[in-house]
Amino acid sequence: MNVLLGLFSTVAIVAGIVFFIAGTVGLLRFPDALTRLHALTKADNLGLGLIVLGLLPYAGSLGAALKLVVIWALVQFAGATVAQMIGALALREHPTSAGRHRR
Amino acid sequence: MSLAPLDAATLYGLMGAILVGLGLYGVVLLGGFLRRLLAFNLLGGGVFILFGIVARRGAGAGFSGDPVPQALVITGIVVAFCATALAITLIERLAEEDSDDASGGGS
Amino acid sequence: MMGLILDGGIALLTIGIAAWTIRAADDFAAVVGFVAYGLVLTLAWTRLGAYDVALTEAAIGGGATGVILMRAGARVKPAPAIRPSKRARIIVGALCAAVAAGLSAIVLLPPQPAPSLALEVREHLASTGLGNPIGGVLMAYRAADTFLETVVVLLALFGVWSLGRDAQWGGRPGPAPRSGDGGALPLFARVLVPAGIVIGIYIVWVGADAPGGKFQGATILAAMAILASMAGLVQAPPTSGRRLRWLLAAGPIVFVGIGLAGIPLAGAFLAYPPGFEKPLILVIEVALTVSLAAMLALIVAGPPEHAP
Repeated sequence: MNVLLGLFSTVAIVAGIVFFIAGTVGLLRFPDALTRLHALTKADNLGLGLIVLGLLPYAGSLGAALKLVVIWALVQFAGATVAQMIGALALREHPTSAGRHRR
Repeated sequence: MSLAPLDAATLYGLMGAILVGLGLYGVVLLGGFLRRLLAFNLLGGGVFILFGIVARRGAGAGFSGDPVPQALVITGIVVAFCATALAITLIERLAEEDSDDASGGGS
Repeated sequence: MMGLILDGGIALLTIGIAAWTIRAADDFAAVVGFVAYGLVLTLAWTRLGAYDVALTEAAIGGGATGVILMRAGARVKPAPAIRPSKRARIIVGALCAAVAAGLSAIVLLPPQPAPSLALEVREHLASTGLGNPIGGVLMAYRAADTFLETVVVLLALFGVWSLGRDAQWGGRPGPAPRSGDGGALPLFARVLVPAGIVIGIYIVWVGADAPGGKFQGATILAAMAILASMAGLVQAPPTSGRRLRWLLAAGPIVFVGIGLAGIPLAGAFLAYPPGFEKPLILVIEVALTVSLAAMLALIVAGPPEHAP
């Protein structure tokens, strides 16, 4: 049982790290603000979710496990809000996509 | 005096020493008040870490670290924030005055 | 062994972020680097077993300092890039390396046995009624330091207020919140601020027996106030308001009152009469939390910018 849980945790955390790396590559390689936001919010939130999933078996108590999930929810919420605001600002400053490239 | 064992405290202590050196380099050579203030805060972080390893090495009586240096660091972080806030407000006000002079007038 | 690899990795990451921040191309990138530095430093503090300090570094060192640095970065024109001569860079680099080497020597050649006050702290902790040794040090053994620290925060606030324009003394701080950015930020504030207030009060309360405390909790409360004001949900109060000034003064007044009462009742300034330690410490903490939250929020808000 413990070996199974350990395996599950390792797989989840490694998958989470892969998604984080993908998000960072997107941040560095995508051409403009909106696509970079896309990479950041989607990939990083999924990566964090997988890492939290992988840590749940080791949380130690139901309360600690709930706290981990609440942390993930808060990060989701904050990330979504900030992405909305940055996206609205980028759209307002460069209404045509030509102005948004490679900044 | 004997050489310290290679453990977490020693590693972070060396990190703190390097951070102090980096911060000092930035304070002296960077241009602009804001960048110098940033470097000064980097320097401060390194100094606090050095306090932290003194606390770590003083662990005992069931604590994971000597509480007295840790309390000193908490006080130091708050005071450093206050000093930074005052410095930032000064920098902003100076920038306002400069732009006022440039446009001619102001209070 | 795995722990050492992790610690080495965190140390290298911190040094790398610090070096990047110093060499960053523009002010905004440098501030972002500094906030990241603060958060990785929090990891280092956790690995050193100093959980209260980690909370403080994350809240104040990385968070609050990052906010005011960003505020300044937005308002201050970037300084003209001066490239110091190669000779200057080599000389300063060598001198800074010498400083770092000297500190490393101190780290690598510690006094044996390591000096520590942990035993004395443990001995008398039960009599303070607290379970958190850091709380004991801050509120009982070195209460005078905490009192002076609170006064320092208040003086910094006075300094920040004094730096506003003469015509605006007593007005509301901070720029007018931008509206029309869509409902994202007000929605976020409406959901997060109530939860944040509960979390902040919880961290102050739990600091008596576990890592936490009033500085960390007060910073969270201040952050919620700043969020609510940035989202346009509340208007920043005028700095000449009588209630605001009583709120700010409440913490230091209660602290010094209890401290002076300790002279006749227990023999020294800030001595607690035996049997009353826990209630007195609680009263001081509640008053200080409220005042500190207001002080920190106002320091971040900045000098008054609207005429009263």
